[in-house]
Amino acid sequence: MQRLKQFVPTWLTGRTSVIGVPYLFLLAFFLFPFAIVFKISVSEMEAVSFKDLITLKDGVLALSLKLSGYVFITEDALYFSTYVSSLKYALATTVFCLLIGYPFAYFMARAKATLQPALLMLVMLPFWTSFLLRVYAWKGLLSDNGWVADIIIGSGLNQLLYGLGLTSTPGKLMNTPFSLVLGMTYTYVPFMILPLYSNLAKMDLRLLEAAADLGATPWVAFWKITVPLSKAGIIAGSMLVFIPCVGEFVIPELLGGPETLMIGRVMWDEFFSNNDWPMASSVAVVMVLMIIVPLAIFNKYQAEAQEGRR
Amino acid sequence: MNRGTSVNFNRWFGRGWLSAGYVFLYLPIVALVLYSFNDSPIPNVWRGFTLKWYFGLAHDGELLAGLWLSLKIAFMTACASVVLGMLAAFALVKYKRFTGRTLFSGMVSAPLVMPEVVIGLSLLLMLVSVQRALGFPERGMMTIWFGHLLLGMAYATVVIQARLHDLNPQLEEAAMDLGAKPHQVFFLVTLPMITQSLLSAWLLTFTLSLDDVVLSAFLSGPGATTMPLVIFSRARLGLNPSVNAVATIIVALVAIGVLVASYLIAHAERQRSLEMAAANRA
Repeated sequence: MQRLKQFVPTWLTGRTSVIGVPYLFLLAFFLFPFAIVFKISVSEMEAVSFKDLITLKDGVLALSLKLSGYVFITEDALYFSTYVSSLKYALATTVFCLLIGYPFAYFMARAKATLQPALLMLVMLPFWTSFLLRVYAWKGLLSDNGWVADIIIGSGLNQLLYGLGLTSTPGKLMNTPFSLVLGMTYTYVPFMILPLYSNLAKMDLRLLEAAADLGATPWVAFWKITVPLSKAGIIAGSMLVFIPCVGEFVIPELLGGPETLMIGRVMWDEFFSNNDWPMASSVAVVMVLMIIVPLAIFNKYQAEAQEGRR
Repeated sequence: MNRGTSVNFNRWFGRGWLSAGYVFLYLPIVALVLYSFNDSPIPNVWRGFTLKWYFGLAHDGELLAGLWLSLKIAFMTACASVVLGMLAAFALVKYKRFTGRTLFSGMVSAPLVMPEVVIGLSLLLMLVSVQRALGFPERGMMTIWFGHLLLGMAYATVVIQARLHDLNPQLEEAAMDLGAKPHQVFFLVTLPMITQSLLSAWLLTFTLSLDDVVLSAFLSGPGATTMPLVIFSRARLGLNPSVNAVATIIVALVAIGVLVASYLIAHAERQRSLEMAAANRA
């Protein structure tokens, strides 16, 4: 340890650049751009540029904030229903990912130890191949004469989906809430499986033996021991699915329809079709506000998991 | 007896669930590959085997130009992300206290969860402001690279940070006690131990960049259309067999790349644990 101290001056110069280089990069390319978005969202649009927020005129320092973008977002029925439906689809996706992913991760973690690396690899492999192309593939599977469309229509499941209001006509599966949620579930289910698997694989199985010795049936032991112990994994996985789904753009654009409003798509149109930059910026700021709460929950559990590891 | 049947049921239910899950995960990929060989102008109707879509790709200038641009950007993104990610991971793991550490760690992980449309919009608006003030940079390859780098750095940091966490600090301390200079410690002790995480971070950021639509759409300029942008604009219009053919080639390349890389990583891992065991015995 004594010798370590001798190196302090050299470490210090190294330290400055090790911290400084990524820090400056992030300030310039993350924080600064976001500050600009915030500024534009409250700026008055002039012919080609934006008015300065703070002006010094005749010795008077004036701060002008245009909040009409935000007022419009909260008052306009279209925006409000878009936010609600983004949250709704993200929530539905999270629930389906949990329903599919939890048993999947559970059986993976209880498979033979020699098999587990291969099973894990098989979950990650699609994740490495293009996400855009896998979403595009669902377009083929769900449109007329597609494999999945044939199976669903052949088995009469389409009537059920229609009855639940997930499709607008019994014969059409593409560009409906059903295809949107299916596409998002497909894309994000590995994000649910991986944290759950790493959590369930670490579980001490002797707890289940103890429960069995004390007379609990496997079913009771599962609900009273396995599920509560995997709470951190459930929360981490749910947030990893929910947060990106709220702002998803590519999947709603390819698999969604005119009725499936998602906030990412509305912002895109506001920017690229209407060229309304202040409005797009306001929507972006509100989008960030929407994910802050789930993000805080995620960070809290992530920090706890990190503490547990050490 | 009762217990035996329930164990049996559990086993078969588990196997069934896992198989169904893997079918769900791989079905789209299989369909994509199969229909790339479909000799039919109407998608989804099988009319026999053909390779014409693949031959068509060779004359598809738009797609080939996009592929070349995407590969260049992905290569640059992967290299720069690993360097920046390594620095950021070091800063977070080695230095527990410095001014603005909370802000730093927040900014490192924020791009992971921030909706891509928001990142794209904010970077574009910044670039436009800078461009108005200074006259550069033009939108194009460079600006797409900045965007991908921001995202890639965040992923690279997570991967490398996890590895650095698990390192035994005593090894570095021992090297220093034996008189190694800091840069020697880094290149001779730390770097060899984190190589495989650097490799996986490189591969991850490469594929991430090769796949990105949203950031590229915001940051691309005239003449800088990446492959995902070409694919996305065709996929928006409907099913297109040329997209299936590209997809098949990409799936094949990625599968080979990942299998080779994971074999190499597993090999290196085994080698290292053998060496560690030998060192421990000695």
